[in-house]
Amino acid sequence: MKAATSNLDELISRDYQHGFITDVVADTLPRGLSEDVIRRISEKKSEPAFMLEWRLNAYRHWLTMTEPDWAHVHHSPIDYQDISYYSAPKSQKDGPKSLDEVDPELLRVYEKLGVPLKEREHLAGVAVDAVFDSVSVGTTFKTKLAELGIIFGSFSEAVQEHPELVRQYLGSVVPYTDNYFAALNSAVFTDGSFCYIPPGVRCPMELSTYFRINAKDTGQFERTLIIADAGAYVSYLEGCSAPMRDENQLHAAVVELIAQDDARIKYSTVQNWYPGDKEGKGGIYNFVTKRGDCRGANSHISWTQVETGSSITWKYPSCLLRGDNSVGEFHSVALTNHFQQADTGSKMIHIGRNTRSTIISKGISAGRGQNSYRGLVKVLKSANGARNYTQCDSLLLGDRCGAHTFPYIEVKNPTAKVEHEASTSRIGEDQLFYCMQRGLSAEDAVSMIVNGFCKEVFKELPMEFAVEAQKLLGVSLEGSVG
Amino acid sequence: MHALLEVRSLEVRVEDKPILSGLNLTVNAGEVHAIMGPNGSGKSTLAQVLAGRESFVVTGGEVRYQGRDLLAMAPEERAREGIFLAFQYPVEIPGVSNVYLLKSALNSVRKHQGLAELDAVEFLALVRQKMKLMQMPDDLLYRAVNEGFSGGEKKRNEILQMAMLEPKLAILDETDSGLDIDALQVVANGINALRRADRAMILVTHYQRLLDYVVPDHVHVLAHGRIVKSGGKELALELEQRGYAWIETEAGGGTAPARGAVTQ
Repeated sequence: MKAATSNLDELISRDYQHGFITDVVADTLPRGLSEDVIRRISEKKSEPAFMLEWRLNAYRHWLTMTEPDWAHVHHSPIDYQDISYYSAPKSQKDGPKSLDEVDPELLRVYEKLGVPLKEREHLAGVAVDAVFDSVSVGTTFKTKLAELGIIFGSFSEAVQEHPELVRQYLGSVVPYTDNYFAALNSAVFTDGSFCYIPPGVRCPMELSTYFRINAKDTGQFERTLIIADAGAYVSYLEGCSAPMRDENQLHAAVVELIAQDDARIKYSTVQNWYPGDKEGKGGIYNFVTKRGDCRGANSHISWTQVETGSSITWKYPSCLLRGDNSVGEFHSVALTNHFQQADTGSKMIHIGRNTRSTIISKGISAGRGQNSYRGLVKVLKSANGARNYTQCDSLLLGDRCGAHTFPYIEVKNPTAKVEHEASTSRIGEDQLFYCMQRGLSAEDAVSMIVNGFCKEVFKELPMEFAVEAQKLLGVSLEGSVG
Repeated sequence: MHALLEVRSLEVRVEDKPILSGLNLTVNAGEVHAIMGPNGSGKSTLAQVLAGRESFVVTGGEVRYQGRDLLAMAPEERAREGIFLAFQYPVEIPGVSNVYLLKSALNSVRKHQGLAELDAVEFLALVRQKMKLMQMPDDLLYRAVNEGFSGGEKKRNEILQMAMLEPKLAILDETDSGLDIDALQVVANGINALRRADRAMILVTHYQRLLDYVVPDHVHVLAHGRIVKSGGKELALELEQRGYAWIETEAGGGTAPARGAVTQ
């Protein structure tokens, strides 16, 4: 299928569209990691003593750990002393009082990225917290949300203004002992988003964080903490991008969600970190720990992710189903192209009675991409009547890519019902020819078939994200078909 | 005035094996041609080459469509210029609804012709009208393309697509194969309803039975990679009675398969 292949080649040779570098004067710590560096991060952020102590404990624990190697990914060793752990645009030093004080250069960056930062542009109803390198540069709609008792802003602010909430919840879902990258994040995280929805409040708009790595040789370690108190509801969106650089950059984030009785949290991610070039050079290592705690009865947490970027993705958004009748969901589209590698999936831990979980995973591999689904469904003794349904589908484009499935199921309660379905298919030359014979271009045909494959997941995304996700898939695809 | 389709001395190979060797065929607007022949004679190859399948290598000859060099056109361009192939084995596309493919296809053809794209309401009205013609239930619209369709449903779906896309040249590759008599009648009625003075059809078939319902203007017999005999509709009846062997002998060479061999 020569015509189709060359069309596809053209399509992919389109460059990464968010790869620009912004020239802002930054306040960056020298490379290297030590207790001293952690003290300086904490000092720069004027943190209370409990934070520093927590960070240092995390760091000391991290030193005792070794980097995990069980994921189905390959990369050269990471030199943790060769990374700068803090970089902030300089004008941020005194902290902007309002958006008017934010460096206009930064605002232009977000405009370019399509983030509607200015409030007057906020007809779409998305309140955005934007994290640029290590610090949060502005939160929109804050006042309006505050009237409802909703706290939404940067993590740094929350530490200053609501230390009691931070102290109560930080690390309560992902303790710093959890894993290597979570420990590292706990030691050095510099900012992120914080959100608290008080009892009975339904957050009237989508909340959103936009992350961007700009500076060279920096890592980004953000931390997000979302608490939905009893009966509360919030839908939260997260987007990411990074400039094109030849070196690999580390992104090790932690996201903790807590849903109390009858609360519901919907967390959606469109991840488009720089994936590296066509030869596999550069790109982001995306090693992320995301976990939701359905702490209360009848609580509900759903994760939806579209992962198209990063050279390596290592993440397993999970749910601890502790409350009786609580519900956990995971909907994922992961695309790997060129030399990208993804090892992603979910963990559903059933603890409460009649807890239910659903995992829908769609992996797309093209080029030399390697895509692995790794999932754990664990039903504890206490979880009478627990139910899980897992569906895991892989789509291959071309014959140099790979799809792998690693499902783990542990059931300790005889009343549990666990189902697992899996399929692997390939976009065939005959499918493409059929579509082209009906007048579609090869590009449209591939995108139609891929979007059809992902439909179940896209319908979980808020409208504006679903559109972005479809476009991203189009841009991110490469394939030699046939 | 050009013929709609003019095939001259066409030579086609698959992996060094000659399939078509010196095929000539002229089709004018409004005509219905039947191409018949024994298994392996190259009927389906001809259909696929005209539609632009690239696994076949054209090693000689030329094909002009509306006066243009057809072989230089990409498959989707041929489709947009009015060539439609009803597949012998319609392809399944999981996750993509039939209605979505139909709408994308129709709009890409319309766009190419400088026509406005149809909106959802106009499109649905049109497709419902065509589905009535093919006696297809509504739910087939919303099921994934050809997935889990019966043989008859797949073939009707091909004719539905043809009815929507309104081609100038329709090539029907073994559209009658695998159909029971009722389904054959529905499909044949659909085809007949689409016969027009400005539309030509090429029916590729092994058997004469489709031709009882869709009466061709010309019948050609393909053997050893070229057309060895042409005639009117009565030629098809003669073939039905005598099989292909006598023609192959006349044309010289090759062992003919037994009459009534399973259509490939």
